[in-house]
Amino acid sequence: MATVYSQYAWLVPVFPLAAFLILTAFGRGLKQTGAIVAVLGSFGALALSALVLIEHLGGADEYNDSFHWIKIGGYALTAGFDVTNLTALMLVVVSLVAFLVNIYSMGYMKDDERMTVFFGYVALFTFSMLGLVLADNLLTLYIFWELVGVCSFLLIGFWYQKPEAKAAAKKAFIVTRIGDVGLLIALLLLFWYMPDHDLSFAAIENVFGQTGLITEGITTLIAILIFVGAVGKSGQFPLHVWLPDAMEGPTPISALIHAATMVAAGVFLVARTFPIFEASQAALDTVAWVGAFTAIFAASIAIAQNDIKRILAYSTVSQLGYMMMAIGLGSVTAGMFHLFTHAFFKALLFLGAGSVIHAVHTQDIHEMGGLGKTMKTTAWTFAIGALALAGIPPLSGFWSKDAILAEALHANPALFVVGIAAAFLTALYMSRLFFLVFAGNPKAGGEAHESPATMTVPLIVLAVLAVIAGFVEMPFSGTGWFGEWLTGHAAEHEGAALVMLVSTAIGLLGIYLGWLIYVKGAISRDVVTSRAPWLTRMLERKYYIDEIYHAVFTVSLRAIGRACDAFDRHVVGGAVRLAGGAAFWTGRAATRMQSGQPQSYGLYVVIGLVILVAAIAGRRFW
Amino acid sequence: MLSSYLTMAAILFCIGLYGALSKRNAVIVLMSVELMLNAVNLNLVAFSKYGVLPSLTGQIFSLFTISVAAAEVAVGVAILIALFRARGVVNVDEFNEMRR
Repeated sequence: MATVYSQYAWLVPVFPLAAFLILTAFGRGLKQTGAIVAVLGSFGALALSALVLIEHLGGADEYNDSFHWIKIGGYALTAGFDVTNLTALMLVVVSLVAFLVNIYSMGYMKDDERMTVFFGYVALFTFSMLGLVLADNLLTLYIFWELVGVCSFLLIGFWYQKPEAKAAAKKAFIVTRIGDVGLLIALLLLFWYMPDHDLSFAAIENVFGQTGLITEGITTLIAILIFVGAVGKSGQFPLHVWLPDAMEGPTPISALIHAATMVAAGVFLVARTFPIFEASQAALDTVAWVGAFTAIFAASIAIAQNDIKRILAYSTVSQLGYMMMAIGLGSVTAGMFHLFTHAFFKALLFLGAGSVIHAVHTQDIHEMGGLGKTMKTTAWTFAIGALALAGIPPLSGFWSKDAILAEALHANPALFVVGIAAAFLTALYMSRLFFLVFAGNPKAGGEAHESPATMTVPLIVLAVLAVIAGFVEMPFSGTGWFGEWLTGHAAEHEGAALVMLVSTAIGLLGIYLGWLIYVKGAISRDVVTSRAPWLTRMLERKYYIDEIYHAVFTVSLRAIGRACDAFDRHVVGGAVRLAGGAAFWTGRAATRMQSGQPQSYGLYVVIGLVILVAAIAGRRFW
Repeated sequence: MLSSYLTMAAILFCIGLYGALSKRNAVIVLMSVELMLNAVNLNLVAFSKYGVLPSLTGQIFSLFTISVAAAEVAVGVAILIALFRARGVVNVDEFNEMRR
């Protein structure tokens, strides 16, 4: 089928870029108008990418267009865009969430005096993320990869008056940087080993699809290094530490960047370069186990946190682990499916949390309670998001989680058990969160009120999506077209009934346990704390990871830094001061010599002559 | 023979150099300069007679030097007189306008 809109897919990121430029140029003069500019920019992106997606759902061919960016001798670096079914889907997810978050922010950020700056950053982020999705080669992708990192930094530190926000922004930037270095090295290796130094995804698929072109060791190395980049961006263990801290940023940002889109970029990257991983079983195993470990590790931390946004952040880390696990098990379909549904229900949960914070001005869930009565829309939509996350049928999270678990059961039962355990913890912490915030008696006084329509409408839209997004791929015969369409492979459906039963039972069990503890009170809340206080403390302190990093890296790096500083200050600086001083004092002496007395000048000439003669005469005796 | 002339010239030159560098009176400085010039003349004449390639060139050069020195002294004394009229002193250490 002919491609009409796909040819213009490069225009999708241009809309938010234009919005960013307008907001940056005229931002100070605009107030509410600035928000409208940003909303229009993201709406343009959404409209065009929806057209592209519809075209591809109709079976359009892949479209690729690139141009020579830099020519060096006979070699040319290219930049271009690639419209496949996968990128078309991602375009819609990104621009849809960005559009809704923009609308939501009109209400959430109404009283902030740097509102236009905020919208400008969001527009720049949307541009970069869409560019990342569209990029047709790794180098272009890397550029946008770094751009989204910068936007994330700017937006986490948006309230730079708060020292925690500043520290969190720096932490996020530095920790993801570690991953980015891995990706950069992978890029250089690929550039070195690829025939014709071609970095485009099509070429990667060609080369790694055949055996023997690149040795297995190098393949594994490249795959692992790319995965290191993904670990940094997607908050996988051990580089997950920045993501919970990133919650210092405004809540719409947490929804857009740190839940739905940017953190999923790591998963997207692995999916996009999947041929490399496919060529190396060791790399796939690494991805699967790191993902599985992260899933259960982060879920266990989320149980003991008290900050509503941090719970959701650890939940994001955990769900990203799920996606990684799916891809590591060889199923890009299941991973991307979960990414797709997760984007909606996690954005919904964050925006709901933002609505709650907006109303009660605290983030501690123990200070909330009973909000279900005053904030009906928020409570209902939040409940839908929480149930979707917990994997309760027929919500979207159930189908995608189910696809991953079925894949795990088929490929590696050990990972299936880990996944089920993580799913139980997920249901437990979500019910804890929901019941503590929305059930029970109000604690934060009676002033809680429902948020304005600009904030609740996006919640409703996302809630609808969180319900229906899963129906595109159900494990019944004849309904698995989504996987075929997306990656050419249908998701695993073997043993689907068993998996569905187990995961539903586990999810309901988790919720029931949460209900028993936090609503009914049948089980005391400190049943664990009283028996094993060390366990609670360890979870509250997030397994002491931050402390370990502090002791191992921060302290030693600071010592190295001190040593370097001392060396610079005393040795290098000393040498510089010596050179400067020597010149200065020579100049001083020379000034004194210029006395205007011809006789002293004569004397200097004679002394110089004597030295010269002595030197020439003395050479004989050398 | 040559070395005694050269020694004599060196002594004369050193006396002249000492005077030129250490005397305050500009007239004596000028005289010392003349002394140094004459030491050079003595060298020229000595080399022209006892040098490796004796010839008249040296003597003719010394005549040139004498006439140029005379002209130089005339200019020098004229400057001195102008300075004396302007300042009333001829002490060289009071003239340091070259500093600026």
